[in-house]
Amino acid sequence: MLQYIAKRLVFMVPLLFGITIVCFVVMHLAPGSPTDLETQMNPRASADYRERLNAMYDLDKPLYEQYLIWVGKLAVLDLGKSFSQDRRPVAQKILERLPITILINVLSMILILVLAIPIGVLSAVHQDSLFDKVAGVFVFIGFAIPTFWLALLLMILFGIDLDWLPISGIRSLNYEYLPPGMAFLDLIKHLILPVALSAFGGLAGLSRYMRSNMLEVIRQDYIMTARAKGLSERAVIYKHALRNALLPVITILGLSVPGLIGGSVIFETIFAIPGMGQLFYMSVMARDYPVVMGILFIGAVLTLLGNLIADVSYALADPRIRVS
Amino acid sequence: MRTDFWKRFWKNKIAVVGSCVVAVLFIISILAPWIAPHDPNEINLARVLAAPSASHLCGTDQLGRDVLSRMIWGARISLKVGFVATGIAILIGAILGAVAGYYGRWIDVVIMRFVDIMLCFPTFFLILAVIALLEPSIWNIMIIIGLTGWMGVTRLVRADFTSLKERDFVRAARAIGAGDLRIIFIHILPNAMASVLVAATLGVAGAILTESALSFLGIGVQPPTPSWGNILTAGKDNIDIAWWLSLYPGLAILITVLGYNLLGEGIRDSLDPRLR
Repeated sequence: MLQYIAKRLVFMVPLLFGITIVCFVVMHLAPGSPTDLETQMNPRASADYRERLNAMYDLDKPLYEQYLIWVGKLAVLDLGKSFSQDRRPVAQKILERLPITILINVLSMILILVLAIPIGVLSAVHQDSLFDKVAGVFVFIGFAIPTFWLALLLMILFGIDLDWLPISGIRSLNYEYLPPGMAFLDLIKHLILPVALSAFGGLAGLSRYMRSNMLEVIRQDYIMTARAKGLSERAVIYKHALRNALLPVITILGLSVPGLIGGSVIFETIFAIPGMGQLFYMSVMARDYPVVMGILFIGAVLTLLGNLIADVSYALADPRIRVS
Repeated sequence: MRTDFWKRFWKNKIAVVGSCVVAVLFIISILAPWIAPHDPNEINLARVLAAPSASHLCGTDQLGRDVLSRMIWGARISLKVGFVATGIAILIGAILGAVAGYYGRWIDVVIMRFVDIMLCFPTFFLILAVIALLEPSIWNIMIIIGLTGWMGVTRLVRADFTSLKERDFVRAARAIGAGDLRIIFIHILPNAMASVLVAATLGVAGAILTESALSFLGIGVQPPTPSWGNILTAGKDNIDIAWWLSLYPGLAILITVLGYNLLGEGIRDSLDPRLR
């Protein structure tokens, strides 16, 4: 197993290298130098601003040297300093906002699993039943619905008309005066809508995937064997079929990481959640270059980590993977 | 083969519903100047945020502009973005996939590793990072969505090419002296178009969704040009007083994306009924 993990880690090195190159290229993609662009776009960009940009990117040096300097700094998590008023280190700004983004993504992933697996299994076991058809329609709508729009509708319904849930931030104004239990409840109330919504898109995909997996597995010979030896339908479906149908779900979860992280920009902006996505959006609007590049890089690394965790869990669950 | 496809296609309910939706959207986009009840950019400060009524079926926005007219013109924008962005993605994906699949060896490794790397980036992050550099305009949006959406197509086309290049008709073509380019574009690519067509249809839906999200965040299509996404921004700003600004444009996006998704599924099912 350790050998397998080591192999995956080695495999990740060229990807990580590639990620730094893409980040670097995106950074230099702007016509002319980033300094030109900033000054053209922004009449308020002062000589001081230009100087800071120049210093940050070492723009006077040859390109490969710029890249090496940049990667060298990355290696020690030095992502430079923010261009905004506070001029704080980018890494620090991102790290303080990362936990809430990860919390929301992990919660929505759990929600996706808890709902999508039963939906997919039931649809497959009762193929063409009313439940299957309703689930099918739901899946199609789930794929097509713009989640930010759904967010608006739910905000109108639960936040304004019914006034059940808060629609902004992660804490109420009186948070500090609440007793611990109430404070926790307050946090939960603030998280319900964002978590439910970010789960929604993935829910459709995974339940459909689960359904087709299950249909595939049910047709296998070993399922027929299980039935032939007289096992109850329950045991056949939930013990023999489900386990095998669940395996590929691990990979899909790993693959859904970039989508979830990318989606956090929209949710955090709509619900004013102080996470990495909101920071990203604000930095894009303010053209806070170092923060944008830093988050782009961190986002890719998080995806890479998600895939690694998925690969390792798959290997833990399925011994065949480890051998081949 | 081709007549079989159409026979299956018209019998497939999903495909028919999808193509009807797409056809209606095309007609609306083409006829926008004639069917829009009002000028989409006509500001009327006397009728700001008016609820839906007989003269303004979908109400008016914060500047008193007719929402229905803006949505009709917005259909044009989303169609344009969807097709141009997908066209770019397909072009890049088909060429890279063909080269990787046909030549194999190191060039395949390089291209596919590049695909893996690009897939590590949350697409939305990549798009935002580039937009931070460029001015948000409809052309930039289309190009960026296209440049960040070609990876899936590359994988599909590559898979088709690796299996097709061993087939007899390719050997025959090579035997009579056809060059690589001729074999790739004239002989193999047409046979790989089926999966590309499905990916393209679903890609249009994805591009429309992305554009609307970007416009909603204020970094996509810029006002006063009407787009479904930027009407929704006004909806969010007036969320407690003007529900119609939030409801209708979103419905338009939902129906459009649903239409393209259904069409794509329908094409897939009709191309190869075994894949269902």
